[in-house]
Amino acid sequence: MNTLSILMSAFVLSLVGLGFFIWSQRSRLLSHDGDGSAVIFATGEIGHAETTALQPASGTDADGIDSQELLDRVAADASTAPVVFFFYCCAFVWLLVASAAGLTASIKLHAPDWLVSEAWLSFGRIRTIHLNAVAYGWAPMAGLGTALFIIPRLLKTELVGGRYALLGGALWNAALVAGLGSLAYGVSDGLEWLEIPWQIDILFVAGGALVGLPLILTLLRRKVAHLYVSVWYMGCALFWFPVLFLVANFPGIHRGVEAATMNWWFGHNVLGLFYTPLALASIYYFLPKLIGRPIQSYNLSLIGFWGLAFFYGQVGGHHLIGGPVPSWLVTLSIVQSMMMILPVVAFTVNQHLTLKGHLSALRHSPTLQFICLGGLMYTASSVQGSFEALRSVNVITHFTHYTVAHAHLGLYGFVTLTFFGAIYFVVPRITGRDWPWPRLISVHFWLAAIGIAIYFISLTIGGWLQGSAMLDQSRGFMESVQLTLPYLKARSIGGGLMALSHVVFAAHFVRLLIGVRQVAQPNSTYLAAPGAL
Amino acid sequence: MHSEARLILGGLTTLAVATAVLVVIPYLTVRDTPPVAGLKPYTSTELRGRTQYIQHGCMYCHSQQPRPKAFAPDSQRAWGRATVAGDYAYDDPPLLGTMRTGPDLMNIGVRQPSDQWHLGHLYQPRAYAPGSIMPAYPFLFEVRDQAEAGETVVVLPPDFAPEGKVVVARPEALDLVSYLKSLKRNYPAVDAASVK
Repeated sequence: MNTLSILMSAFVLSLVGLGFFIWSQRSRLLSHDGDGSAVIFATGEIGHAETTALQPASGTDADGIDSQELLDRVAADASTAPVVFFFYCCAFVWLLVASAAGLTASIKLHAPDWLVSEAWLSFGRIRTIHLNAVAYGWAPMAGLGTALFIIPRLLKTELVGGRYALLGGALWNAALVAGLGSLAYGVSDGLEWLEIPWQIDILFVAGGALVGLPLILTLLRRKVAHLYVSVWYMGCALFWFPVLFLVANFPGIHRGVEAATMNWWFGHNVLGLFYTPLALASIYYFLPKLIGRPIQSYNLSLIGFWGLAFFYGQVGGHHLIGGPVPSWLVTLSIVQSMMMILPVVAFTVNQHLTLKGHLSALRHSPTLQFICLGGLMYTASSVQGSFEALRSVNVITHFTHYTVAHAHLGLYGFVTLTFFGAIYFVVPRITGRDWPWPRLISVHFWLAAIGIAIYFISLTIGGWLQGSAMLDQSRGFMESVQLTLPYLKARSIGGGLMALSHVVFAAHFVRLLIGVRQVAQPNSTYLAAPGAL
Repeated sequence: MHSEARLILGGLTTLAVATAVLVVIPYLTVRDTPPVAGLKPYTSTELRGRTQYIQHGCMYCHSQQPRPKAFAPDSQRAWGRATVAGDYAYDDPPLLGTMRTGPDLMNIGVRQPSDQWHLGHLYQPRAYAPGSIMPAYPFLFEVRDQAEAGETVVVLPPDFAPEGKVVVARPEALDLVSYLKSLKRNYPAVDAASVK
């Protein structure tokens, strides 16, 4: 089979498949009057942002919301509370570990003689610890914790088998401690994103399976006919990740440049088919909840979902443009990277239309600020990524700090900010305590937002200049190194602000836990009120 | 959407397509590409050095994939010709790299054949490359009053040598240098017989 026919057949196949899936799912959707988007609200709840304590005694409350449905929701939250709490506590720890490691790595790039006496503190290891603490610590703990919270709510049932998830979470974290320890010690499988030795990966697999099991059991016990869009994303992510992780880490299969294509199939899909769907699912749930209005177009979200499922999986080859891999593979990945614009635009338009007329809610709700900025950054990083895959752009940006900036726009600007918003929403509901100092949430938001802005802008400019210098053969290589220095220093400042915001966040969480127990009062308008969440 | 089975099956189908394209087809077509004529297997010392390279994360700043001339002036920088799949036949895992915070190393053994240069550069990169932001690796060396017989003493430029002491390379440093010196792709990518 020649290159062109492989390319065309895969491309046509995916387009036809995409059309078929959307058609098949859509026909059922319309038969349901297109009401799927309202499934996250109790009867009569539309028009009200969800507050922390809606526990009316009977019938309907003052706002005319069906109280039985609210009680069911409280029961769902109670069933997930211990598990979600555990996952979030781990997420906080890994967030701090990853911040410290990341900031250290960043400073080392412009202070290369700082902390050089210990091997585990050297750039190559601390950078890897940073990446793995984010990739297997913070992001999955926050994302899975949020999924464990949302899914029972969406299915209007209680979490089944939460104990398995607790055990799974414990195994997962034990694996991560062992994994980061071995990286610090210098034992690594040598492929980016897959450094943790495969022997330890077995623990991740066992832990991950135990976390996934209750979610699947819960799905089978659902009490709603309709699966809300967040369930699509989270449900598929829970099946996608184990496939990715198993195939990628299985020892003895991958060799030579095939290992490189597999590496970026994994590296990009763990972003696109695990963190991204978990974060998008959170946006699709929390955004309507916080403004009290269903998402605008359910059909658009369907295109967004299947488009992502189809195109994202094949974009990984754009990490190997110009490399020693088959050119049809790279071309295919570039094509699919551009196709990603389709689902991204679908999501963006949908989010915009849903928010339209409700922008004032942003002023009063820091949670919503996190979620909305996260959504915006999804659009920004995805569109940037699509164009970055084009050969003409990639030839400059490949191998430079530009790519690092892009990665942080996605995994921090989009995924992490979204999870921050989710945690602010969820924690009062699982602990029965309100955030003690709402102003600190704003401090966290602005430190993080300004931090990532400095980080992204400086590294983007620095990376572009670096790439341009490397392409110009009249300029020595060292010039491309030296000119990045001011931008690398600016990145450390941005990263420092981000790390500081995480310390504020974690301190606030600790204060919430050790503070006087503040059971949210009935009729509290905590979330809806100006100045509160 | 009402059926979780259809949802999950659909999701797994899309992933299967992606896996077929990016993993299975490369597995069938390029995984077992034979080594290019002229490429030698690594010696055991070089392999130990390669483990050091991975341990210390050299691949996070150095690529091992010079690009074609149409792409970038890599060959003009003396980084070598564009590599082909057969150049990585003995590389498990391949260390293509994604960053060029430092230069490409696929042909560092051609550019820098000197043991002493490599050892001194690892001990203190700025001794040989002013302005470099590469970390120093002092833990791969020992600073002592005097070296014992059979040990490799690192000769450093005067400004960088510790006063009154000698810098001795540890075995890890010697292994790593031996691996770096083995990085040579200075033979043709395609053997002449197959072109005809």
